[in-house]
Amino acid sequence: MVTKLEQPKGGFNFDNYQRNVALEKKGITFPKMTKTGTTIVGLIYKDGICLGADTRATAGPIVADKNCEKIHYLAPNMYCCGAGTAADTEFTTALISSQLELHRLTTGREARVATALIMLKQMLFRYQGHIGAALVLGGYDVTGPNLYTIHPHGSTDKLPYVTMGSGSLAAMAVFESKWRKDLERQEAIDLVREAIESGIFNDLGSGSNVDVTVIEKGKIDVYRNYAKPNERGVKEQSYKFKRGTTAILKESIRDIVAITEGIEEMDIS
Amino acid sequence: MNQFSLNFDRENYHEKPKNDIFADAITRTQQPIVTGTSVLAFKYKDGIMLAADTLASYGSLARFTNIQRLYPVGDFTIIAASGDISDFQYVQHLLDTVMVEEYYTNDGHVLRTQNIYEYLSRVMYGRRSRFNPLWNSYVVGGYNDGEKFLGYVDLLGTTYQSSTIATGFGGYLAQPILRKAVEGREDTLTETEAIEIMNSCMKVLYYRDARSFNKFQRAKITAEGVEISGPYKAETQWDFAEGLRGYGP
Amino acid sequence: MNPVTLYNNDIFTNVPVEAPVERNFYPYADNGGTSLGIAGADFCLMASDTRKSSGYSIHSRYSPKAFKLTEKAVLATNGFAADGLALTKRLGQKLEWYKHAHDKEMSTPALAQMLANTLYYKRFFPYYTFNLLGGIDEQGRGVLYSFDPVGSMGTEVCRAGGSSAALIQPFLDNQVALKNQQGVQQTPLSLEAAIRITKDSFTSATERDIYTGDYLEIFIIRQEGTTIERIDLKKD
Repeated sequence: MVTKLEQPKGGFNFDNYQRNVALEKKGITFPKMTKTGTTIVGLIYKDGICLGADTRATAGPIVADKNCEKIHYLAPNMYCCGAGTAADTEFTTALISSQLELHRLTTGREARVATALIMLKQMLFRYQGHIGAALVLGGYDVTGPNLYTIHPHGSTDKLPYVTMGSGSLAAMAVFESKWRKDLERQEAIDLVREAIESGIFNDLGSGSNVDVTVIEKGKIDVYRNYAKPNERGVKEQSYKFKRGTTAILKESIRDIVAITEGIEEMDIS
Repeated sequence: MNQFSLNFDRENYHEKPKNDIFADAITRTQQPIVTGTSVLAFKYKDGIMLAADTLASYGSLARFTNIQRLYPVGDFTIIAASGDISDFQYVQHLLDTVMVEEYYTNDGHVLRTQNIYEYLSRVMYGRRSRFNPLWNSYVVGGYNDGEKFLGYVDLLGTTYQSSTIATGFGGYLAQPILRKAVEGREDTLTETEAIEIMNSCMKVLYYRDARSFNKFQRAKITAEGVEISGPYKAETQWDFAEGLRGYGP
Repeated sequence: MNPVTLYNNDIFTNVPVEAPVERNFYPYADNGGTSLGIAGADFCLMASDTRKSSGYSIHSRYSPKAFKLTEKAVLATNGFAADGLALTKRLGQKLEWYKHAHDKEMSTPALAQMLANTLYYKRFFPYYTFNLLGGIDEQGRGVLYSFDPVGSMGTEVCRAGGSSAALIQPFLDNQVALKNQQGVQQTPLSLEAAIRITKDSFTSATERDIYTGDYLEIFIIRQEGTTIERIDLKKD
């Protein structure tokens, strides 16, 4: 007897995942994804939220980007730090950001951080962890300051201080020994900076500079490269080549011929 | 039921087959069984300070809560272990034997920390080379004639010396704190400051290492010799949890 | 032995065979780091960073992997640090024996051959190390040898080894061996230029390789003796 299998009409299917596993077994290698082996953190202080991130992006042992931005814009009152697969964190936050903009326009109200949280976690859960985005979401809305972490599988946490990425333990060690309730703004920034630097210097997946974003009621300050503890020194010499150093293997000179043809009418059928 | 196919036609089929060379093989993968978690150590003004909690875990079970993981070898050396406790106890025995032999040789020589460290390193590297490792990470600390010594060796025979050392989970959680607090201040940190740093690191480990325990011992090695003290308890704070509700909106 | 017994099924009961033990244990690790060597006319330069790492963790910021073996040779090891140290220790011992047996230090070319033999001796359980041996020969000329983990040896003018080898080697080929440069005159590389190129190689590798950094040690081996220079690298 032959069983007929119908293609399901709706919902998700993971055929391509199965296909990729099969292809991989046959020895096909897939393009390497840029991971932001990262330190990202966030904490609640007296008047709001302070987010922090390092700026190193890696591809295996190689530093792919020495000064990338990991604190992404979500909405006028919300920012989101991303760790994991660089493309996934960028596109996920961009997609949700776009949906939040529409949400704001339809409702005529400022979106709540909880709304963004639900949208992000439902999307990530739908993809069953295949979207490798680990996020720290922070914002200020009618309910006050909000801080969450979202794991790639869609689980969330709501805590007063959070860390994510490969440097999360180094950063959390700083928070666990120094965080307290109702920090002042500058104290919060200093603590976030120390946590990120702990990741930068102790975790090989993190490095370069410290980005900080401070979110308060009706006010967001983005401090891109708040600290630069890893400036590159001056090189010992110049490596400028003398003209003619590169060998010419073949030379052929042609006249420029301009050909103008009649413009075809656009097909509007 | 006949489990041994090579034996199927024999009368005493339930016995191990006599002609199977793999019959006596240990088919389990060697792994640590009863284990200890992180060990922390660093240099300070007067010498070396070490700390380790007193827990021996059996997988995720907190099996023995009163195990000593700091062990003095001679008068000016302490070894501290994370990883398999039975392997650690074997090493204690091994080092004791060496120390006794050295003692009755009575040639006026006493093993210094460096010698004990070298010996232990060779034992560890030798065992890994025979594919039968001692499943530990060791920290060896000592103070000899005004000279501080702090070294690490693990089951692969990997060795290094550093002014701060943390094994296991401590490598991720405590090492960052230790480096910031100790590097460059090895000769100025007082004992009080050192104790404070150590306690704060043990607290962080208790907060975040699921295989840790809030009962630990500290050891110091100074010109006066070795001193293991405790057990101590880290001052913990949980009152912030009062305000936590749920995981989302 | 009676050959008939070879066909007896009970052979295994008569021959003492040690039971094989199956274990899941991988005896190697990659401790990262980079080394470099440049051989000049009357000098040899050997350089290594001092970071020892594993996974995403830094074990030690200062754990040297280049060692002065004789007055005229420096060995830089990369790969699995425990093997590198064991190998260095073994070579040191052999050199000591050689000195007592022959009342002189071993020459650098001889040492290179001995290193190749020592590595091949462990062909089926190799020292997982990528070695560079640099120094000066009996005529006072700079010499540099590179080795794979099982003892294949090559003579080089400039060589990078370790985690940043693929980043540095093309730069060295271009700037030291002057490859792919038309119309440049082949003047012998000065020591000063070699040091500059070495420093730039390592600061650049530190920028792009997560396993390279912390400190740089430069050994300069000359007829008069060997000097060491220590330089800071970035620590992130």
